[in-house]
Amino acid sequence: MLLLPFPASASLGGDLTSVQTDQAKMQGSLRTSSNNSYTIHEIQASTGVAVKEYVSAAGKVFAVTWQGSFHPDLRQLLGTYFDQFAQAEQAQRAQRHGPVLIQQSGLVVQISGHMRSFLGKAYVPQMLPAGVRAEDIR
Amino acid sequence: MRRLRLQRFLYLSLAGAVAAAAGCSGSSGGSNTGGGGGGGSTANVQAITVNTGPTAAPPLNSPYINGAFTSVTVCVPGGTTSCQTISGILVDTGSSGLRILSSALTTISLPQQTGANGDPIVECLPFVDGITWGPVQTADMTIAGEQAKALPIQVIGSSNFPTIPNACTSFGAPEDDLSTLGANGILGVGNFAQDCGTACTVSGASNPGLYYTCPAAGCQVTAQSLSGQVQNPIVLFPKDNNGVIIELPSVTGAETSVSGSMIFGIGTQTNNGLGSATVYTIDPSSGNFTTVFNNVTYQDAGFLDSGSNAIYFLDSNTTGMPTCADTTFWYCPAATQNFSATNKGANGASGSINFSVGNADSLTASQTVGVANGLGGPDPGTFDWGLPFFYGRNVYTAIEGQNTPGGVGPYWAY
Repeated sequence: MLLLPFPASASLGGDLTSVQTDQAKMQGSLRTSSNNSYTIHEIQASTGVAVKEYVSAAGKVFAVTWQGSFHPDLRQLLGTYFDQFAQAEQAQRAQRHGPVLIQQSGLVVQISGHMRSFLGKAYVPQMLPAGVRAEDIR
Repeated sequence: MRRLRLQRFLYLSLAGAVAAAAGCSGSSGGSNTGGGGGGGSTANVQAITVNTGPTAAPPLNSPYINGAFTSVTVCVPGGTTSCQTISGILVDTGSSGLRILSSALTTISLPQQTGANGDPIVECLPFVDGITWGPVQTADMTIAGEQAKALPIQVIGSSNFPTIPNACTSFGAPEDDLSTLGANGILGVGNFAQDCGTACTVSGASNPGLYYTCPAAGCQVTAQSLSGQVQNPIVLFPKDNNGVIIELPSVTGAETSVSGSMIFGIGTQTNNGLGSATVYTIDPSSGNFTTVFNNVTYQDAGFLDSGSNAIYFLDSNTTGMPTCADTTFWYCPAATQNFSATNKGANGASGSINFSVGNADSLTASQTVGVANGLGGPDPGTFDWGLPFFYGRNVYTAIEGQNTPGGVGPYWAY
């Protein structure tokens, strides 16, 4: 028997229900906006961090962004991709001291800023809906 | 050289910086008395060196490129006997507060800060590329002739608190030893007076979760007063407490090392006036200003950060430069590219910056290179003016709420 990970722990790469889980965990308010190929769910976390989750027509979270004075809970937000992110972040620091730029074939993560001001973006390139460019995620 | 060092030793002793002098003998980044005026002045000039840093030596053999290092002396508060001078401390205008690796703090034991019920206070500090976890302890910190008494600092990677809470590592990967931090410590001399500020002083859901109280049963997020937070040591100096100037020489291409100065205070002595520098005020909340490049305005998306080791800006599509084949986080143009950008302060001040980006593979080819002007990398939508920006400039960082001849901080001037 195959044990699947509990969907509530998934976010990036997860399905629509994980958006509601994120909202509950961040004790935030939710606002949505749509176009033809995806829906953006905006969560204002209680710490003031603004999170956006991009959900495809198929109901999958293919990208997340965030902005605020602190980081959001990246373990929650990146879901099953978190360990891959953390490993790459640590590896990069041997040479690049500053903003994070992880560009792997299956995961892109960008984190900019400095103490008290952070800006982040993560997406799974293979999951981008047709016609959606990385620059559209902001 | 030896005689010069002896003279410095005597001057420092006269200036009352006994603690610093006591630790001078074994450290590399010794103190410098600088040119600060006559009677009543405080020695406010600290030597800084950009070199391959403490990770370059075996067993790590990992040279740090574009890191500005200095040394600090920390003492058990109230005394001058239990002191240690620690070199290889990274000078960081992008953060606030002194953080020292537990593994570097070897000869003294500092008092632990405790919360309301006597339990130890431990901090989770989120940097852009990872977190530092460790207890908040109190020290008298001496640098040049300046002293910050009873300064709350973070001791990173202490064996007393080995378990990092999940909520902390959810901010990023730990930087808890020399290999991952890249330095023996970080001296944050940025625009903010404390590392967290008012957000951490309140309890409940809005608290971002930087400070913990750690009874034996386990660590819980706690509210932390402003004065109890790890803070910019400059604010606690009796004088010269409104900011800092970083002075580094011009650099062409790659070098082994260069020397410069960190001068405390802005307009407080004869050696730290603003002169012809332009004041660029910044957003007091984000600590950013605006950068314009190729007629595109990156609103509130630019900042100066001596702790970033390259000029990290925009992306390959926008700059026309490819990234390197192996180190995809740096630019690798075939030939050095020259650019111009305009920085704009919230006060309307505006000035153009010429900068160049070279081939990172070429610049970093030698293991002995510690300085590389022209090192650049992508940071989409953002201008992170890292240490190469500081080469050949005097860069002033004014602290929030502090008066200076250029107005009240926070601002940058150069």
